[in-house]
Amino acid sequence: MKLSRNWLAEFVEVSAGDKEYCDAMTLSGSKVEGVEVAGDEIKHVVIGQVTAMERHPDSDHMWTCQVETGSGPVQIVTGAQNVKQGDFVPVALDDSWLPGGVHITAGRLRGVESNGMLCSLKELGLTTHDFPYAIEDGIFILSDDPDLVKEGLTPGRDVVPLLGLDDHVVEFEITPNRPDCLSVIGLARETAATFDQPLKLHIPEVQGSGGSVDQLLDVEIEDPELCPRYTARMVRNVKIAPSPLWLRQRLRSSGVRPINNIVDITNYVMLEYGQPMHAFDFSCVEGGKIVVRTAQEGEVIQTLDGTDRKLATNMLCICDSHKPVGVAGVMGGANSEIEGDTAMVVFESANFNGVSIRRTATALGMRTDASSRYEKGLDPMNTYKGVQRACELVELLGCGEVVDGMIDVIAADQTPKTLPLEPDKINALLGTCISEADMRAMLLRLGFPLEGDTVTVPSWRSDVEHYSDLAEEVARLYGYDKIPATLMRGETTQGGLTERQKAAQQAGALCRSMGYSEIITYSFLSPACYDKIHLAPDDALRKCITILNPLGEDTSIMRTTAIPSMLETLGRNYSNQNKTARLYELATVYLPVEGQTLANEQQMITLGAYGGALDFFSFKGVIEALLAGMNVKGVQFERGAQGQTFHPGRCADIRVNGVLVGILGQIHPLTAQSYGLDCAYVAQLSFQALLDQRAPEARYVPLPRFPSVQRDIAVVCDQAVTVAALEDCISRGAKGLLKETELFDIYTGAPIPAGKKSVAFSLKLRADDRTLTDTEADEDVKSILALLEQELGAVLR
Amino acid sequence: MNIHVKRGWYRGRPAFRPRLGREGFFAVLAYCPRCHKDFLETKELQGMKEKLEHIRQEALAALAETKAAADVETLRVKYLGKKGELTALLKQMGKLSPEERPVIGQVANEVREALSSALEARKQSIADALLNQRLAAEAVDVTIPGTRPDLGHKHPMSIALDELKEIFIGMGFQIAEGPEVELADYNFTKLNTLENHPAREWTDTFYIEEDSSLLLRTQTSPMQVRTMERQKPPIRVIAPGRVYRKDEVDATHSPMFHQVEGLVVDKGITMADLKGTLNALVEALYGKGSKTRFRPHHFPFTEPSCEVDVQCHACGGEGCRICKGEGWIELLGAGMVHPKVLQGVGIDTDIYSGFAFGIGVERMAMRRFNITDLRLIFENDLRFLSQF
Repeated sequence: MKLSRNWLAEFVEVSAGDKEYCDAMTLSGSKVEGVEVAGDEIKHVVIGQVTAMERHPDSDHMWTCQVETGSGPVQIVTGAQNVKQGDFVPVALDDSWLPGGVHITAGRLRGVESNGMLCSLKELGLTTHDFPYAIEDGIFILSDDPDLVKEGLTPGRDVVPLLGLDDHVVEFEITPNRPDCLSVIGLARETAATFDQPLKLHIPEVQGSGGSVDQLLDVEIEDPELCPRYTARMVRNVKIAPSPLWLRQRLRSSGVRPINNIVDITNYVMLEYGQPMHAFDFSCVEGGKIVVRTAQEGEVIQTLDGTDRKLATNMLCICDSHKPVGVAGVMGGANSEIEGDTAMVVFESANFNGVSIRRTATALGMRTDASSRYEKGLDPMNTYKGVQRACELVELLGCGEVVDGMIDVIAADQTPKTLPLEPDKINALLGTCISEADMRAMLLRLGFPLEGDTVTVPSWRSDVEHYSDLAEEVARLYGYDKIPATLMRGETTQGGLTERQKAAQQAGALCRSMGYSEIITYSFLSPACYDKIHLAPDDALRKCITILNPLGEDTSIMRTTAIPSMLETLGRNYSNQNKTARLYELATVYLPVEGQTLANEQQMITLGAYGGALDFFSFKGVIEALLAGMNVKGVQFERGAQGQTFHPGRCADIRVNGVLVGILGQIHPLTAQSYGLDCAYVAQLSFQALLDQRAPEARYVPLPRFPSVQRDIAVVCDQAVTVAALEDCISRGAKGLLKETELFDIYTGAPIPAGKKSVAFSLKLRADDRTLTDTEADEDVKSILALLEQELGAVLR
Repeated sequence: MNIHVKRGWYRGRPAFRPRLGREGFFAVLAYCPRCHKDFLETKELQGMKEKLEHIRQEALAALAETKAAADVETLRVKYLGKKGELTALLKQMGKLSPEERPVIGQVANEVREALSSALEARKQSIADALLNQRLAAEAVDVTIPGTRPDLGHKHPMSIALDELKEIFIGMGFQIAEGPEVELADYNFTKLNTLENHPAREWTDTFYIEEDSSLLLRTQTSPMQVRTMERQKPPIRVIAPGRVYRKDEVDATHSPMFHQVEGLVVDKGITMADLKGTLNALVEALYGKGSKTRFRPHHFPFTEPSCEVDVQCHACGGEGCRICKGEGWIELLGAGMVHPKVLQGVGIDTDIYSGFAFGIGVERMAMRRFNITDLRLIFENDLRFLSQF
């Protein structure tokens, strides 16, 4: 909301400078975004009168003018053709400044001295909306504008105040609970309360010109829920013309484009009172009747912006006896637009249901000044003042005759809300000791009348409904800065992380210690990702939560796997020419659950890597170390192949105590290719599954008191036999002395026969209560070898 | 023998010992330490003494020439070994009279001790020299870069989040987590955000269900309700997490970002407590003496509500480019929990009150690390990540 300080001054006197004013308003709850002075950039531009003109000797279109600027005539060359001798014009003198940082200095134009410039509207940052008597492409002839002539055109006078460009405009950020502050009067009330100055309100007075509105117009509200109040007055013998300068200036300061007197009046009232107004041509209202109803199936209206709008049956419309003439609270219809030949005007000042207006405006894709006010919920008591003010302005501007009488259909509950004043509760909530008298004074300043201990909530403050709301009113006038800062008392609470949160931090630290950097990726994915990672068409992960109104296809589903996020990040790093990448993420996935509204939100640990010294086993080693660091024991790896996401021969399912906790492997070349990658490794582990499978906290086991015996064995077996199978066999074959088994060599090639391999293990055997003899150790090894041969056909090499 | 020595009148004070034996001018008097009598030295005694002295001189001279530990050992064997010169000389003691023997014994011991300590010293100095030589040879250019294991980097967002968590844990807060795919009931209705509130628009919020009942949470505030539903006061929790709003991606907007919600509910909690707690947060984040400004604001689920600004550290409140001339930087939104929210979860507002706040983590991290473009945070380029 842009507030002109000139306009504000009509309602409340504030001597504070801009900085002080803005700070005080911000601290009392009306946040100031900034202050602007339109004419700030204009310097040394004065009124001049053209006293003599002659053709430029060297040009067929330029003129050499002698201009009186208060301190003697100045010679200025102009190329414009609309200047006549005797005209008053804006003159940018030597060393003057124009908007946009344009600097004007004396010089020569085709050899003729020119000591400045005659200005056009555009050069002053204005348009013909601001000054309708001027033309777009030519010098701004000040003396063509009757209002400027009335102001007094004295050569040498600064044009900035003349054109109303010296107004200080304060821009406020108004919170949605305070639509009343989207008006000059609303902000004036806040200003008066903040600075403890009287608020000078004006009660509009309308003379009238006879006649009776009731004989001309009938208003019917079909749905009082959607239209709690409809107020209207009529004006006849309308003379459409530009508005006077003062009114145009105020509109311009408020960021509204002046159009013509009647339209400008509606905008003026909206800005001043916060009450949107609509004026329409009575001649277009068939049957002399206005019906406020929802649209009928298939109704179409062309709105003022010239667009045909299909109306839905839940949209509230202003209609005559046959057709809609406006979309209620959003925009008028082109069929009833005020034009030059309009003779009789209906001023509508109505109150509509905010939700309905918002939905209509959103559905039609047109948020207007009016709709954005209505949708916040306006004061139904304001419609009367609005229409009265509009009619008063009509009479003031002499642009028509107001018909006597008013139409005012009220369905709204007019009983004001009341609240008890509870100073103790307010102080208890704020932690202050503000006196009751002070509280009463502050509430009065804000327009809350008090009777005994009863506070009446003004009609424009529908947001106040509880003592805590009154506490805020008191607190913001008292000053939030004056509320003390104390530390909480009461029962102490134990702060801290949950086991799960600690484990997440531990997992992150482990990953980082192994060179993996943390990434944070979006939770949403493109549905195309599943094809991109070559997920089987019937894979359960394809069942996902879909966003109905996504920003775009690429971010339209909630991920059920974090592998695409990792691959995308790896791919981006690869294309950004980072030679190696080691990344991890603690990523949430969102799994839909049959028969349950909320998703199953699971955390995954994903790791991804490419480049550098990297192969399946170094990557697997990282996962093993991560699991060990998380105290997960009994980890097994099994060949796993998930469609074409992973390389079928280099992919392992990770199981802990038989439970599948994740997958790791080299990315399938086809999948890698679709992410612009060459060769990458990715693992995804379910964080919850890991947590569930964590081994109990370690307990001390006495250090061995007796030496161990080491035996190395190399066995020859089929290529297909896995190391895991051999190890399993070894551990079962031992008779209780085997403490450790370590793989140290796998060999193929001569003299090992084709299709076979030699696998060598180092076995550590030990007894806890004695030093082992060689015989004892050999017996265990013999038993191991026997089982290896029996079960796997693996024979000692 | 030492016992004898200590009995003399010069007991323990060798400097006063008469050293008559060395003078040839007089008939030399010798002193027997055993019977405490002076007597005249014989030629034999003198001869042996001279030989001993000679051995000492010769050995010391040879020792000075040694270069290696082995040479020193050879000398030790030569002079002090079982078949060494000193031993050989002492075997000739039989030629001496009984009074003379202890005299020569004493001299011989002196020589032996002198030699063995000289040998030891020489051995040590040779070892020292060798060690020094080795150390010199082993010297490296310490300015050559080390071979370091790669360390991963924490994402700047996590750094900022972890810091916040730590501060609040220190103040007795617990950390709560909750669903991101959330019911509109929790995200809006139970937070006193009525049907007509613009935040509910489909243009602003991502919806999962046609009837607007399920959505991606737009704030971490639903965690206020979820926490109060499962826990009785006293409550002190923060709830960090992802939130979603329908904003196109640009340098300052992202459809997904992070917030930290805070909630305190207890008997007699006041707005003054809110100020005290948030001031403590700001001091922990930006240093002691950091100034805050509490401005009235509006949130549907708090009343009174405020926004908290921290004084711009760059200009100290004067107004600069960083604070866009305001002198203050917006930090968070807060307020006293709305009575309707408390009543909605069955908390008696006559007994309990509370405050809540919400912090935007991205903005905080961006300001802290001078990150100028929000997109960098979610792009995860290693050139970016490895800076933290």
